[in-house]
Amino acid sequence: MLTKSNNESSQTSPLDRSDSRVNHSDDFKGMIANFFGRIKSGDLGSLPVIIGLIVIWTVFSIMNPVFLSSRNLVNLLFDSSIVGVIALGIVCVLMLGEIDLSVGSMSGVGSAIIGVLWVNMGAPLPIAIITAIISGAIVGALYGSLRNRLGMPSFVSTLSGLLALLGLQLYMLGRTGSINLPYGSSMVNFGQLMVVPAWLSYCIAIIPAVVIIFNGLRSISKRQRMNLSPGSKKLLFIKATLITITLLGIMYYLNLGRGLPWMFTLFICLVVLMDYALTRTQWGRFMKAVGGNAEAARRAGVNVKKITISAFVVCSSLAALGGVMAASRLASASQQAGTGDVNLNAIAAAVIGGTSLFGGRGSAYSALLGIIVIQSISNGLTLLNLSSSFRFMITGAVLAIAVIIDSLARQSRASHGQA
Amino acid sequence: MSNHSPILNIKSVSKDFGAVSALSNVDLQVHAGEVVALVGDNGAGKSTLVKILAGVHQASSGAIEFQGKSESLATPRAALKLGIATVFQDLALCENLDVVSNIFLGQELKPFQLDEVSMEVKAWTLLNELSARIPNVRSVVASLSGGQRQTVAIARSLLLDPKIIILDEPTAALGVAQTAEVLNLIERVRDRGLGIIMVSHNMEDVRAVADRIVVLRLGKNNGIFTSKSSNQELVGAITGASENVVTKREKRLKNQSNSTREK
Repeated sequence: MLTKSNNESSQTSPLDRSDSRVNHSDDFKGMIANFFGRIKSGDLGSLPVIIGLIVIWTVFSIMNPVFLSSRNLVNLLFDSSIVGVIALGIVCVLMLGEIDLSVGSMSGVGSAIIGVLWVNMGAPLPIAIITAIISGAIVGALYGSLRNRLGMPSFVSTLSGLLALLGLQLYMLGRTGSINLPYGSSMVNFGQLMVVPAWLSYCIAIIPAVVIIFNGLRSISKRQRMNLSPGSKKLLFIKATLITITLLGIMYYLNLGRGLPWMFTLFICLVVLMDYALTRTQWGRFMKAVGGNAEAARRAGVNVKKITISAFVVCSSLAALGGVMAASRLASASQQAGTGDVNLNAIAAAVIGGTSLFGGRGSAYSALLGIIVIQSISNGLTLLNLSSSFRFMITGAVLAIAVIIDSLARQSRASHGQA
Repeated sequence: MSNHSPILNIKSVSKDFGAVSALSNVDLQVHAGEVVALVGDNGAGKSTLVKILAGVHQASSGAIEFQGKSESLATPRAALKLGIATVFQDLALCENLDVVSNIFLGQELKPFQLDEVSMEVKAWTLLNELSARIPNVRSVVASLSGGQRQTVAIARSLLLDPKIIILDEPTAALGVAQTAEVLNLIERVRDRGLGIIMVSHNMEDVRAVADRIVVLRLGKNNGIFTSKSSNQELVGAITGASENVVTKREKRLKNQSNSTREK
């Protein structure tokens, strides 16, 4: 009887529209209204960082018009890729409410492995790269096990890892302290010169729209079949068009200079991959669940220890990969690689981009947005001939502001009854 | 009817936490289509028993038979797989995830390409079967009321077609109307032929739905009652008020006089 009456009522209205108490706004106007409602209740998403980016770019371009030149922006993308990849790993550990303070040193070790294995010992390049990434995975597994078995806070274990890995890096590089990578090799070209051909960059710009429309239409037809409210096709096309226009514009502007760097394309690919893993797979769902309420996740049958280890492994592996990219960008594996502000820039990028320090909230795209903010500041200040002392102070202030926004938004969400 | 052999048969289960024995030789049977209420004072061992059945803790000794077979219940996953679903008092929901994700947590369809549409449909079906009033399954659990969260937790426990559902204090945090709704929910679940273990402090709720009332006291069985038992009897068994120096003396005198009369 019960299910029958449900079926009858559902023929008139979709399953998810049967409750009259909820406002459903499916049209464009409703979407805009929804958007402002979300922001008011503290669900800011990437809005603060986009506003911040606009402010930063406006200020710098007023102070030095070279900043917005396509040549400079291409350089900015080259530089962003390295720390961006590292920040992507940081997103993973932050998702669980953990932290990895040793990513800088880990990237240093990664670059040292390339120098020692490839240049000094003559091993094939792919093997050197894979070795670097695997060593990252091992370090990550170690952090994860320390967390799981001994309950060691990741803050402490990775802080000691920072020092130990730095020592390992110095030991590997030996007395000279620096190994130069051969100029003209594909490795160095990848980090300094190689860009995507113009025609291919335009093709890449169209891919997101194709994917959005394809997936969107499939989901709409499936939802219709399953008697759920399907969502609007018009919105889908508006979204796809806007994204395509923006991306084509960006590509056109970059192609006025050298073009889209392959290294940045690699970074974007990793971001997209990570976004898929975090939002569309069971692993990503578990990550969010463990970050939100680890005990609840455990009782639901999630293997919390495995998830914790996987997060640290992904983070350290990406840090090692970032080190490999740094070696190719600098054409050397030196004692300086991965030291200084790499660590904090990576963490700051993830947080500025909107990944919460408190766990359970975040997205792969926050690494992308965050690193562009950080790199813009650093690049702009360099163009203004300001010393690194100012750069550190300003980056520090920006990080503080990002964390303040994060905690304020969290409080606002709590008072509006949202997670 | 398989009502004669219980689905779940707990035989003299004990659990020690160091020097403290939280449970000693507790027995409990649950049949299909039966609501068994588990009552007792604070520290009586109700929650410990629930956690053992959920696979969160492991019994120190004793046997647990499920559908006639002896089982170990080593992990929460093992208990779920067997068909024992537990709704904890704190509900164990992830507040940062939406209703669908919470219902399917650990049981996602297509792990490498989550089937959101099918999961949403199944979530609506479950909630509608419970006549639940959840406005939107895509809103995060943090935005739901206490009763709605309880409903989500119960719907989640039904996902795997369990044989037994354990409800730990399902009405403790609820208002009058919401309590009635949850009690309706329990009856609906029972009518589907599931066994239900309900832990509660509220005698009124217990007597409204329970077929049998099992009393625990200080980690031991202290009698089995029905909903017809008087409140006094129940409260006496729970608090041990019927067992003090005075009653013991009376019992002893009675026994003595009986035995002398027999002679």
